[in-house]
Amino acid sequence: MMEIISLLGHGFVVALQPLNLVLIIVGCAFGLFIGAMPGLGSVNGVAILLPLTFLVPPDGAIIFLCAIYYGAMYGGAISSIMLGIPGASTAVATTFDGRPLAKQGLADKALTAAAVASFVGGSISVVLFTFFAPPLAHIALTFGSQETFALMLLAFATFVGLGGDDIAKTIFSICIGLVLAAVGLDIITGRPRLIFGDISGFMHGINFLVLAIGIYGIGEMLWTVEENAKAGGKSMLSEAVITVDRIKNNVIELMGTWKTMLMGSLLGYFVGILPAAGATPGSLMAYGFAKQMSKHPETFGKGNIEGVVAPETANNAASTGSMLPMMTLGIPGSPTTAILLGGMVIWGLEPGPRLFTSNPDFVWGLIASLYVANLFALILNILFIPAFIWVLKMPFTILAPIILTLCLVGGYAPTQDMHDVWLMLIFGLVGYLMRKLDYPVAPAVLAIVLGPLTEPALRQSLLISGGDPMTFFYRPYSGPIMVIALILLLLPALPPLYRMVTGSGKKKASDSA
Amino acid sequence: MLQRSGRMLGFALGMTGAAALVAGVSSAAMAEFQPQKPIEFVVMAGKGGGADKAVRFLQSIMAKENLASVPVIPVNKGGGSGAEALVYMKGKTGDDHTIMFTLNSFYTTPLRQPELGVDITTFTPVMRMAEDTFCLWVNVESGIDNIDGFVKAAKAKGKDWIMAGTGKASEDNLLTDYLNTAYGLEMKYVPYKGGGAVAKELAGKNADSTVNNPSEQEPFFKVGDASNKTKPIACFTPEPIYEGVPTFKDQGKDFVYFMQRSVVGAPGMSAEAAAYYQDLFTRVFNAKDWQAYRVKQKLQGDPLSGDALMAYWKKENEVHRGMLKEMGEIK
Repeated sequence: MMEIISLLGHGFVVALQPLNLVLIIVGCAFGLFIGAMPGLGSVNGVAILLPLTFLVPPDGAIIFLCAIYYGAMYGGAISSIMLGIPGASTAVATTFDGRPLAKQGLADKALTAAAVASFVGGSISVVLFTFFAPPLAHIALTFGSQETFALMLLAFATFVGLGGDDIAKTIFSICIGLVLAAVGLDIITGRPRLIFGDISGFMHGINFLVLAIGIYGIGEMLWTVEENAKAGGKSMLSEAVITVDRIKNNVIELMGTWKTMLMGSLLGYFVGILPAAGATPGSLMAYGFAKQMSKHPETFGKGNIEGVVAPETANNAASTGSMLPMMTLGIPGSPTTAILLGGMVIWGLEPGPRLFTSNPDFVWGLIASLYVANLFALILNILFIPAFIWVLKMPFTILAPIILTLCLVGGYAPTQDMHDVWLMLIFGLVGYLMRKLDYPVAPAVLAIVLGPLTEPALRQSLLISGGDPMTFFYRPYSGPIMVIALILLLLPALPPLYRMVTGSGKKKASDSA
Repeated sequence: MLQRSGRMLGFALGMTGAAALVAGVSSAAMAEFQPQKPIEFVVMAGKGGGADKAVRFLQSIMAKENLASVPVIPVNKGGGSGAEALVYMKGKTGDDHTIMFTLNSFYTTPLRQPELGVDITTFTPVMRMAEDTFCLWVNVESGIDNIDGFVKAAKAKGKDWIMAGTGKASEDNLLTDYLNTAYGLEMKYVPYKGGGAVAKELAGKNADSTVNNPSEQEPFFKVGDASNKTKPIACFTPEPIYEGVPTFKDQGKDFVYFMQRSVVGAPGMSAEAAAYYQDLFTRVFNAKDWQAYRVKQKLQGDPLSGDALMAYWKKENEVHRGMLKEMGEIK
């Protein structure tokens, strides 16, 4: 224990060197910006800046890139709340309640909540990282495809109630998402599938962002244009005000959500350390759990502050968590850490189980810099809130073209392929129609994010077991997770079944449910 | 802007030095072609994989040593086992500013998917930067010390022996099929997303063996360290790369297998541009960072360019055609 504290103290000496401190602040600010821009996200930001980092020593380089990664986690919430477009897949769940809050004129509340929750999630997870990295790395190592599948099933299970009361429409929406997720390369057979003949744009699959920006960004815009026409051109994207008093009250109100914050932090961190999972499933699961645990689950999706707090604590906690397999096992926990891993090789480091002993300066400098980055990201974020609010006050006629441009750039940037832009516009129309017909869109987005993680895990497990599904229940970690997932999946079906069995006497109760 | 002009100055200085050193063919060719816009460096794999890491490393060498006068930008086209990248390059026929970093899917993907209409002999050979090596790995707790022990253990487990690899019909799959045939085994091949994930499955005992590249498996191989969870049994190389670990050749199986790491130009690239890239990557190859990287990652293979590289492709293409036929992947 004392040894860890002294190593951490030494790490702070590294992190607080003037050059590294400047890199942290610049990295956070840059991360905040790319996180807030739909389509840019931390993967692209880190990949683009990677070659520049040989200008500074390795510890400075990784500190800079991690600060970007961290800042982007904070920034992702901004466009989710203000525009209803998730800036990155990690911020999808933040849209569900953040956007309704903004529409009610409470954008400042949602933004403050996101910033504070990110800080809490980041801080708790960095402390966990500091003290429990090696034993957790061992658990992560024994996690196989069976465990990954069980965990993904749990993520889906927590979301069964997400689409509202109409279970059939929710399942329909999930199926659409799963089909879209299947487009592209099938890694088990190594052949492309669902590429409509040989349209090469489909070969890289359908990027989550293309669907999310289409459905949320373009779809939302069409929706607002219609509202605007009905209101005689007077409607605004959001009403918003901000004063110091309001921020103070918001922070006080957030104290009441400490349970959700703790749950989101722990869940996010533990999901984040699992190789290949990353921050997105963690934040989605945290949202689902917060809703399941809540006394008023019906207020979720309509502007419940806990619906912002849960995913935001979880995605920051998970981003720290995903550095654990990167640093202790040498395998990436998320696409961004995969690039960071490449960076370490460029700087002449050897990522993997020996990094902690061979380069203690580097490791502890990085860990200490996460503490510092967390603090600066919070300060920067709070300082910028008035600027964001000011943007929201612009009339819709000015804001609409800006948003549309952001959407188009966001669709083009990840793959630099016009194919994706056309696809995004089509999804926008589909999203608008789905909304008109009262189909929930969130389950489709969930499915396209989790589908590519779930399917290979399922098929690898069944390949290993020779087709025996019981393989999921025999293993020490996957067994309990599977049982919880199945209970959660079946739970919503139980009351209607019970009523069916006992007759129609309770029909009234089911109508009002 | 400041940085850009600094880079230009550095480049000019570098040019003078280079011209003095390699006066002759290359400097004459360079005078004829200079890139006019950023060079697109296509990667046949997704972000964060082995090929992507290598490209970003090459990019960092070019930037560090001011070897290119324009930015070199990696573009990931990883879809369809490289099919997306190959089709993209075909569409860039005649382009002097697009190059690609290739693996062995350069052969296997067009062979398996003739409908793509990709003929790799139309691509412009630039430079073979290395050949990556393969070894057979097992978990240290398996009690297996040599190839005989491996064969015995794998035979005993039959179809329940799990060989983890990276994708169907990939290099790992070809090697697994080879081992199954050569030693009469029935190992089950389970594909994972990348070499890092495969290495971890073996270290976590979710798989029984892998045929990883040393760079992928070595994080879990260091005798005497807590990280020492896996070990090599034999390597698919002409000469041993680890002390005390034989090659398959030593074991009486005449089999050697490499993964090429080569730079390829778009089909129909002008001869001047091809000469420029050949010269550029010769200098990258000789950079001390790349030489150090080759040693550290246990890479082999001399630099090959031009006609020699094309001849190598044609030879390897036929080798892979034979292997895929034996697997039943193609007719």
